[in-house]
Amino acid sequence: MKTKTPAIPYVVWMAVFVVVPLLLIVVYAFTNYDGKFTLENFTNLDVFLQVCGNSLYLAAVATAICLLIAYPFAYFLAQTGPTTRKVAMLFIMLPMWMNFLLRTYAWMSILENHGFLNQLLALVGIPPLHIINTDAAVILGMVYNFLPFMILPIFSVIEKLDRRYIEAAQDLGAGKLQVFRRVIFPLSVPGVISGIMMVFIPSISTFAISKLLGGGMSFLLGDLIEMQFLGSAYNPHLGSAISLMMLLLVIIAMLIMNRFGDGEEGAVMM
Amino acid sequence: MQNKNPVIAKVLNVLVFLFLYLPIAVLIVFSFNDSKSRTVWSGFSLHWYQELFQDEEILSAFSTTLTVSVLAALIATVLGTAAAIGFHSMKRRPRHLLLTINNIPMTNADIITGVSLMLLFVFTGNLLGFSLGFGTLLVAHITFNIPYVVLAVLPKLRQLNPNLGEAAMDLGATPWQAFWKVLMPELRPGILNGLLIAFTLSIDDFVISYFTAGSEVATLAMQIYAMTRKRISPEVNALSTILFITVLALLLIVNFREMHQTKQAEKRNKALQKDGVKGGAK
Amino acid sequence: MSKELIRLRNICMAFDDEQVLDNINLYFNDSEFLTLLGPSGCGKTTTLRIIGGFTTPTSGDVIFDGVRINDVPPHKRQINTVFQKYALFPHLDVFENIAFGLRIAKVPEAEIRERVTEMLGVVSLKGFEKRRVDQLSGGQQQRVAIARALVNRPKVLLLDEPLGALDLRLRKDMQNELKRIQQQMGITFIYVTHDQEEALTMSDTVVVMDKGRIQQIGTPEDIYNEPKNAFVADFIGESNILDGIMHEDYVVEFFNRKFKCLDKGFAPMEPVDVVIRPEDIEIVPADKGRLVGTVTSVTFKGVHYDTIVDFKGYKWLIQTTDYHEVGEVIGIILNPDDIHIMKKSEYSGLFGDYSSYSAEYDEINDPDFAEEDEEDADDED
Repeated sequence: MKTKTPAIPYVVWMAVFVVVPLLLIVVYAFTNYDGKFTLENFTNLDVFLQVCGNSLYLAAVATAICLLIAYPFAYFLAQTGPTTRKVAMLFIMLPMWMNFLLRTYAWMSILENHGFLNQLLALVGIPPLHIINTDAAVILGMVYNFLPFMILPIFSVIEKLDRRYIEAAQDLGAGKLQVFRRVIFPLSVPGVISGIMMVFIPSISTFAISKLLGGGMSFLLGDLIEMQFLGSAYNPHLGSAISLMMLLLVIIAMLIMNRFGDGEEGAVMM
Repeated sequence: MQNKNPVIAKVLNVLVFLFLYLPIAVLIVFSFNDSKSRTVWSGFSLHWYQELFQDEEILSAFSTTLTVSVLAALIATVLGTAAAIGFHSMKRRPRHLLLTINNIPMTNADIITGVSLMLLFVFTGNLLGFSLGFGTLLVAHITFNIPYVVLAVLPKLRQLNPNLGEAAMDLGATPWQAFWKVLMPELRPGILNGLLIAFTLSIDDFVISYFTAGSEVATLAMQIYAMTRKRISPEVNALSTILFITVLALLLIVNFREMHQTKQAEKRNKALQKDGVKGGAK
Repeated sequence: MSKELIRLRNICMAFDDEQVLDNINLYFNDSEFLTLLGPSGCGKTTTLRIIGGFTTPTSGDVIFDGVRINDVPPHKRQINTVFQKYALFPHLDVFENIAFGLRIAKVPEAEIRERVTEMLGVVSLKGFEKRRVDQLSGGQQQRVAIARALVNRPKVLLLDEPLGALDLRLRKDMQNELKRIQQQMGITFIYVTHDQEEALTMSDTVVVMDKGRIQQIGTPEDIYNEPKNAFVADFIGESNILDGIMHEDYVVEFFNRKFKCLDKGFAPMEPVDVVIRPEDIEIVPADKGRLVGTVTSVTFKGVHYDTIVDFKGYKWLIQTTDYHEVGEVIGIILNPDDIHIMKKSEYSGLFGDYSSYSAEYDEINDPDFAEEDEEDADDED
């Protein structure tokens, strides 16, 4: 079956629905309402820089937390029997079948000032925590929503790791810690990298999570873009400029990550 | 080091799953609440389930979601499988370029994909005289689904013995027959996997739909988002609970059957192996 | 051979309810090249893994230099392994792969450099330091694996079918190479293979295993010339095996005829297995032979002809340099030292008849001879 023709429809599709739209963003970013070339969308970026800093910070914290939870989790899970592994993976994926907005909304009930968490704390006699509408709540929302995307790639890399490598390292004198440090971890780096990408990018660009759990206190890049296209501050040209900047961020992140992992397989995890 | 996980591992396990399922538990429990409150329990009732089946708006959003997900997944699977076959027979460089473009919608932030498609639809819509609606929603969904199908099918193509198709044709099959009778069965697991991923992504999507569906059509996720500005009706909890339980049940049935089958197969293999060892000693 | 280094005492091993090793008793001498030989599933790899420490025996003792080491983990044993398919670390280059064990042991950098370079010389891979391991050929990977193990100066090197993945030509070269390295380093090699020729060529001692039991231990010559039972006789080289009766010392009867032989110590009239190697049989004109048969097939093998001869419905394999046509009636002569007598065993009657000749002949030379079964068993621990 050596034929390239079946790819033609999708190549056309990609050109029209992936490449052209991105080019449109570039065009919009450098024009104004009258369709004239302008740079003014990029001149007034004080707000952008501030929001951008905040987004990067929150996304970085969320990504770090995800990694800290997901790596040991995936590592231990990969040591269990095949049945346990399969069932566990199933239950990691299952929440995706319940709408994420709804699940995030449920966190409101838990975190609210009079929510379940504080009711529980009151029972034990601990003073209530103010979490909702803070950065902490937004980070929690990010970790909650994107944790599976960190677990899956790391898990599948560690799971596929040839046991012979571990035995070979043991054979050459490596104890448990050294086996981990010198063999398992370096070999799992590609999984870690695609995990980081898959958590970091949706985190910097989310707008629903910050709206629900941040209550307008945390204003992220996603919120800023959404506002320009469907929100109160309708201005697709400015929105495109911001999107373009974010696209650059994504590309930079991808390039940095690509230096560590092997490109083609990298981000392919589901 | 197998099966001897420290206690920390078990604790971590429990905590992670608790974290993932806590909000789901809250949702399910409060779908049976008698009152509209989402924090105060006022007694068991099926009230919201009854309401649900009379709420035109939610039901139509749900049916839009299902329709668009099924259609998008099917179309994406056909296009994506064909594309994977085409890519597979390409030389390294063009394939690499196309796969990089293929990766864009997956690695890119959803909001940029959504916004850029919105620009395209609005722009061409103004020229050709259409507006955002079900059509644009469907196209957007197909667009972000195909890359996953391509990546689910490609590895299966790589595993394929390159002589398989030739063997079939050598035995008198036309290229078309060779494809359907020999290659297709080999690719099927990858294709089904791609279809499932595509469907799941479509059901779960909010961001891209939000920017490409316009104001006339709404998916369930968009409906929910609209509600969050005031208060989400427990009817949505009820609908989600039904959906969740259905999927859970389906997954469990499929998996138990699979596990049962693997166990049977293992037993059979073992028996065969024992015979094999005896017989094989010539 | 010098002093004893490793001893396995009453080793039993069971995976689930399957007995893989059944009371193995075995010792290994210092500086010896010992081969565990047997068909797949015979327990040879499991034995090796027990010595390496990757598998703990269900019962029995592993003694190293007089100390019981059952519970010593692999990384604390002075034993290194060359793995099946090598298991080279894909994230490290050739130099770092070989240096791995030294870095673990915190050897000073200068010494690491020196020892790795020296090992690269031993395995003839100088100049390959910076190569990625996936850019190496099978034979080169093999050498890296050997260097990676030997650089740690182990007392024992375990080799698990190390040549299985190489093609025939390379295999022959590596056999010589391995023997040379073993002699140069002066350490014990324990070698696992299912290839009898490999075992006979390289080893000081061969241990033939089947069904989790040791069938015979001896030098290659002993094993070949004095097989203990029908299994060993058949597995090592080609053998015609027939039923016989030992009348008295040095006299055996088969095909209703008495023959002189060199064996003694059997009960009078004890039923025995008689082994006759195909290359020991001399073909003579029919009227001069002690037995007379008809040639049923002839295959040219290069050095000799494989000639199948039918004696009263029982087919023998005879290897001769002379050509005899199919249908020709020939006689044979047997000298007393061509006849080997074995006690009856569970294997009696299973081997040594060449009626279904061609199929089985190929099987034994197949390098990939169903290795998977054994690996499956190992993975269940």
